[in-house]
Amino acid sequence: MSASNTRERGAAIDIMGATKRYGNFTALDDVSLHIEPGEFMTLLGPSGSGKTTTLNVVAGFTDLTSGDLAVGGKSIVALPAHKRNIGVVFQHYALFPHMTVGKNVAYPLTLRGMDKQARDRLVVRALDMVKMADFAHRYPSELSGGQQQRVALARAIVFDPPLLLMDEPLGALDKKLREWLQLEIKRIHRELGTTFVYVTHDQEEALVLSDRIAVFNQGRIEQVGTGRQLYDEPTTLFVAKFIGESTSLRGAAQTSGNETSLTIAGQKIVAGGKLAGGRKPVVLLRPEKLSLAGTNTPPASGQNSLTGEVSEAIYLGSGSKYQVTLRDGSVAIVRSSLEATPFSIGDTVDLRWSVVDAKLLADDDRADMTMT
Amino acid sequence: MRLAPFRILLGLFCLLVAVWLVMPTLVIIPMSFNEKKSLAFPPSGFSWQWYANFFTNPDWLSSFFNSLRVAGIVAVAATLIGTLASLGLSRMKHSGAGLLRAILITPMIVPGVVLAIGIYAVYLDYQLVGTTTGFVIAHTMLAIPFVIIAVSASLEVFDVRLETAAASLGASRFTTFRTVTLPLIAPGILSGLLFAFVTSFDEIIVALFITSPYLKTLPVQIFTSITRDADPTVTAVGTIIFIATTLIISAGLIISSKSTRS
Repeated sequence: MSASNTRERGAAIDIMGATKRYGNFTALDDVSLHIEPGEFMTLLGPSGSGKTTTLNVVAGFTDLTSGDLAVGGKSIVALPAHKRNIGVVFQHYALFPHMTVGKNVAYPLTLRGMDKQARDRLVVRALDMVKMADFAHRYPSELSGGQQQRVALARAIVFDPPLLLMDEPLGALDKKLREWLQLEIKRIHRELGTTFVYVTHDQEEALVLSDRIAVFNQGRIEQVGTGRQLYDEPTTLFVAKFIGESTSLRGAAQTSGNETSLTIAGQKIVAGGKLAGGRKPVVLLRPEKLSLAGTNTPPASGQNSLTGEVSEAIYLGSGSKYQVTLRDGSVAIVRSSLEATPFSIGDTVDLRWSVVDAKLLADDDRADMTMT
Repeated sequence: MRLAPFRILLGLFCLLVAVWLVMPTLVIIPMSFNEKKSLAFPPSGFSWQWYANFFTNPDWLSSFFNSLRVAGIVAVAATLIGTLASLGLSRMKHSGAGLLRAILITPMIVPGVVLAIGIYAVYLDYQLVGTTTGFVIAHTMLAIPFVIIAVSASLEVFDVRLETAAASLGASRFTTFRTVTLPLIAPGILSGLLFAFVTSFDEIIVALFITSPYLKTLPVQIFTSITRDADPTVTAVGTIIFIATTLIISAGLIISSKSTRS
C-alpha cells in the first residue's frame, strides 16, 4: 500500500473541555487537545497528572464529568467502550490466559462476526507485523513480558482501529527491551498510519516516539508541541524541568526597557525579554548552552558570567558533565564537549552563557513540587 | 542418630492419629459384607446380601433417589445463587461487602440444630415439611456458603482488568462474562457445584426435622433403619456413599488446585 492511503487510516481526535471530578478531587481540569489523523501523540507527565485519566476517558473506561470527545469528527462520548472501535494496549498486557496467542488476536475479529478464513489471514498479518507469527499456538503464560506485549499490540491493531491508545506499554519491561520495542512501535506506527496516543512518564521515551507531546501537570495540559519545541521553547517552568536537564537561576529582578536582569550573590546577569504581569522571573539554562571558564579570562560580549565552584565532574566519553555550586547555593548543570579544558572538583570557575540562550520564565513552585 | 528413638515414637503417634481419624469410616467396609443380620464387629462370613437389599428394597431405593433429586436441584440452585453473589461481592467497593459476605456464610457457622429448629418452625406454618421444595430451600441455604467460598477463591486470582481489555476489543458486558470471566472462574464454579451437591446429599440434621414418611432422604433412611432395626444395609449404603463422596470431593479438590495454579 502506498504512503498516501495509509495516512487516511488514522482518525483525528478532538478532546474538548474534558473535565473529570472524583468528589472534591479534579483529575482532569478542562483539557482540550486536537490530534491530527495519523499523528503519534504522547501524553507525558508525572503520576497523577491526568494523562492516564485522559486515555481512559477516550477509551470509554471512565465517564467524563463534562466536555466532549470526537474521533474522526464524530462525538463518541455517549458510546460505551465496546462500541468505540479503539485499540488499547495496557501496561499489564491483559492477554486472556485461557486462549492461545492466535485466539487472543482473533478475539476482536470473532466478536465482529468475521468468517474463519478472513480472520486467520488478518491474525497472521498482525502477528507478522509484531514478529510473533511463530508463537500462535502458545499460551500467554509461556511467553516473556516483551513477547506478551507484542501479542497485545497485535490484538489491538488486528481489527484495524482508526485510533490506538497505549498506556505505558513498556513500563514493566527492562531498559534494553524497552528501547528496542520503542523502535518497533515507531515502525508499526509508520506502517499502519493509525493515530497513536501514547501515555508515559518517561520523557526520553516521549522524545523517541512522538510527533508531538502534550505535557500534563495536575490535571491540565501545560504545553503541546514537538520534542524540540518543548525543549527549546518551554512556556512554563514545569515543562522546562520535565523535559531534559536544566539549571534554574533566581535572584532579585530589575526590569529596564525590554530587558530583565537578576542579581545573584552580588553578580548581575541579563536575560532577554520581560515577563507580563510582574511575576517573579526565573532564568532557565540547558546544560549544553553553558560553558565553564577560568575566572581570569574575561567574558565575551553578550555573555553572562557567574562565579561558582565545581562540585562534581563526570567524564562521559563524548564529553564531560559538571555540577557547579554557585555562591547563592544553587547548582548548575553543565555539559561540555571534549575539547574544552577539563576542570576538577574544587576549582573556582566562571559559568558563562550567551544572553540569547537563556530562557526567561515565570517562577512556579508547582514545578518543583511535582518533580519529587 | 541419637534422635532415632524419638523419631520412631513420633511416627507411631502419627500413625495412631491417622488410624483414629480413618478407622470409623473404614470399619463399615468389612461390616457391609457381613453374613449375619447384625452390626457386630468384627463381622463373620462374606456376602453381598446387604448390597442386594439396597438395590431391591423400595424403601432404600426411593430414599436414594429422593436424595439424588434434592441434591441435584440444590447443586444447580446454590451454584447459580452463590456464583452471582460472589461476583457481586467481588465487585462491591462498598465497606458493606464484608458484612454481606459474613451474612451469606452464616449457615455454615450457625449450629445445624439451631437452623433446623428455625426451619422446622417456619415450615410447619407453610406446609413445607416433607416436601421436595422444603428440602431444596433448606439445603440450598446450607450449600450457598460452600459455593461462595469456592467461587470467591477463583475470583480472587481473576484479573478484572481482562474485562476492560475485552471491552476495548468490542465485547459487551455479557459477551465479556461469557467468553472471559466465566471460562476463567469455571473451575471454582465446578468445585462449588460438587461441594453443594455433597452438602445436600449427606445432610442429616435439618433433614431429620423436616422429613415425613412420604419423603425421606438417604441419610434419614439410614438413621431410622439403624436406630429401629439395626439393619446392616446401612453399612453397604455407607460404603457406597463413602466411595462416591471420596471420588466427587477429590475431583473437586483437583479442579480447584488446578485453577489456583494457572
